Amino acid sequence: MRDDPRLPTSPGFWRSPLRGPWFTSVLGVVLLVGITVLFVTGLVSYAAYNPDLSPVNDKTPDKGILGFYLFAWPTHPHWLYRLNQGVHVTLGITLVPVLLAKLWSVVPKLFALPPARSLAHALERISLVLLVGGGLFEFVTGVLNIQLDYVFPGSFYPLHFYGAWVFIAAFVAHAVLKTPRALRNLRHLREGREGEEDGLVSPRPAEPTVSRRGALWFVGGGALLLFLTTVGQCFDSLRRTALLAPHGGADPGSGPNGFQINKTAAYAGIDPAEIGPDAWRLVVTGRTGTVRLARAQLAALPLHSSALPIACVEGWSTSDQWWRGVRLRDLAALVGYDGDPPDLFVESLQRRGAFRHAALSAGQVADPRSLLALYVNGEELSPDHGHPARVIVPAAPGVLNTKWVARMTFGDL
Amino acid sequence: MRRPRIPVGGPWQLLLLACSFALAGYAGVRLLGAADDRFDVVLWIVGAALLHDLVLLPLYTAADRAVVHGLDAAGHRTWTGYVRVPAAFSGLLLLVWFPLIAGRVDRRYRLGTGLSPDGFLARWLLITAVLFGGSALLLALRLRRAGRRRPPAVR
Repeated sequence: MRDDPRLPTSPGFWRSPLRGPWFTSVLGVVLLVGITVLFVTGLVSYAAYNPDLSPVNDKTPDKGILGFYLFAWPTHPHWLYRLNQGVHVTLGITLVPVLLAKLWSVVPKLFALPPARSLAHALERISLVLLVGGGLFEFVTGVLNIQLDYVFPGSFYPLHFYGAWVFIAAFVAHAVLKTPRALRNLRHLREGREGEEDGLVSPRPAEPTVSRRGALWFVGGGALLLFLTTVGQCFDSLRRTALLAPHGGADPGSGPNGFQINKTAAYAGIDPAEIGPDAWRLVVTGRTGTVRLARAQLAALPLHSSALPIACVEGWSTSDQWWRGVRLRDLAALVGYDGDPPDLFVESLQRRGAFRHAALSAGQVADPRSLLALYVNGEELSPDHGHPARVIVPAAPGVLNTKWVARMTFGDL
Repeated sequence: MRRPRIPVGGPWQLLLLACSFALAGYAGVRLLGAADDRFDVVLWIVGAALLHDLVLLPLYTAADRAVVHGLDAAGHRTWTGYVRVPAAFSGLLLLVWFPLIAGRVDRRYRLGTGLSPDGFLARWLLITAVLFGGSALLLALRLRRAGRRRPPAVR
């Protein structure tokens, strides 16, 4: 039965002349590099939230040793998170066709008999479920999340973070077992020899419709198409080229407040009455007690400017915007922390949402570019960008730049 | 005389896989705990692998074979790429951006980003049209060049 070519368990069932050590090795090496970058940028993105600073910053508090690498997130360079997240998401999208091609190239192995030649081989095949299923799970949850399609079975952060560790466990084992052979195959090919046969070459290949080189161009072309229609959402000047990306195309508005928005005031449930000049007061608490400030009083404090981007975990970002407002460390000085700014806990008027509260580290508060912004690009903030006042911190993930700030509590967290 | 025994495999390989499973287990317990329903995560991971290997892959393979056979029957096997490439690229874009193109998240997208959710389907269709149009143009140019190179008698 094993050799009945009508069954996928028979090598003769698989007839594409493209399958073989060469095609699989090239795709494997591309994924080895690409997925390593995805994993590292993903871990870095988690560190960027300063999860150990406060429970409100940490969506995976039961991480245990998986948070071993965490470090205090810096504020230099100010585009650090923008770069990290742009690479993570844009590269992930770009690698989709490479992943699909790689899975296509090895699919005969899924059906290969006998199911196991040894105990180690059986375990390796079980591990492939975690490799393929876990890898697809990571790509699918990521791709859905950036399109705001929250159909996955839980909150994105823990699913994507723990899923990444399950996947990488299987990925590392697979890479250690297979990389030497893949590299050997590529070396043989450069020398004009054939690769090592490993059950992928069809014993009765169909007549080819495309060369192996052509097939690689095909996969690379698909990756390039995705890259070119996505990468523009990381730059204001290229945004219109991102034809299908969630934050591509036109900006939501024109003028100084026209740049990209994460969550509008309507989405956050902000009542226009509560951000008006009569109702809104900023409550600042610290060592010497509590200060309540109307917007006009804030605007009368020394104002400073900084040019900083909005960079979202979803991979899109704006170019640097020109923010103007009160330095966070000056607000700390108002409540008794003159010259030694501590950590800061920020609360928004926002009714719901995972990040209506955020914690900033002392290092972030101390940076002279960290502002409670009142103006952007020379105009008052619009409601969608956080009017009356919002936080803006260099290199911080977008959601930590709290909008519609209501309360700021200075003190060690 | 050799005794029959269960083959174990290489010790390094076993050790490596044991490490891999230990780490996957440590993260996996947390992954299951993160889900609304533990069973759903298992369903998503195993389901993703099965859906890909047993549905998506056979479907696009069958579609590709239909194209190859159809063109072969018409005596134009060499045209395969001119259909396959634009169709695959268009399908790839649809696969990745399906929620936006299908309008699954219209309300949340409009409220969340302040952007219009309406353009995605039209843009995808336009890209698809450009891909097929470009492919047809390339094929036409190739056929013209081939026609010129042939002697007039054969033409």
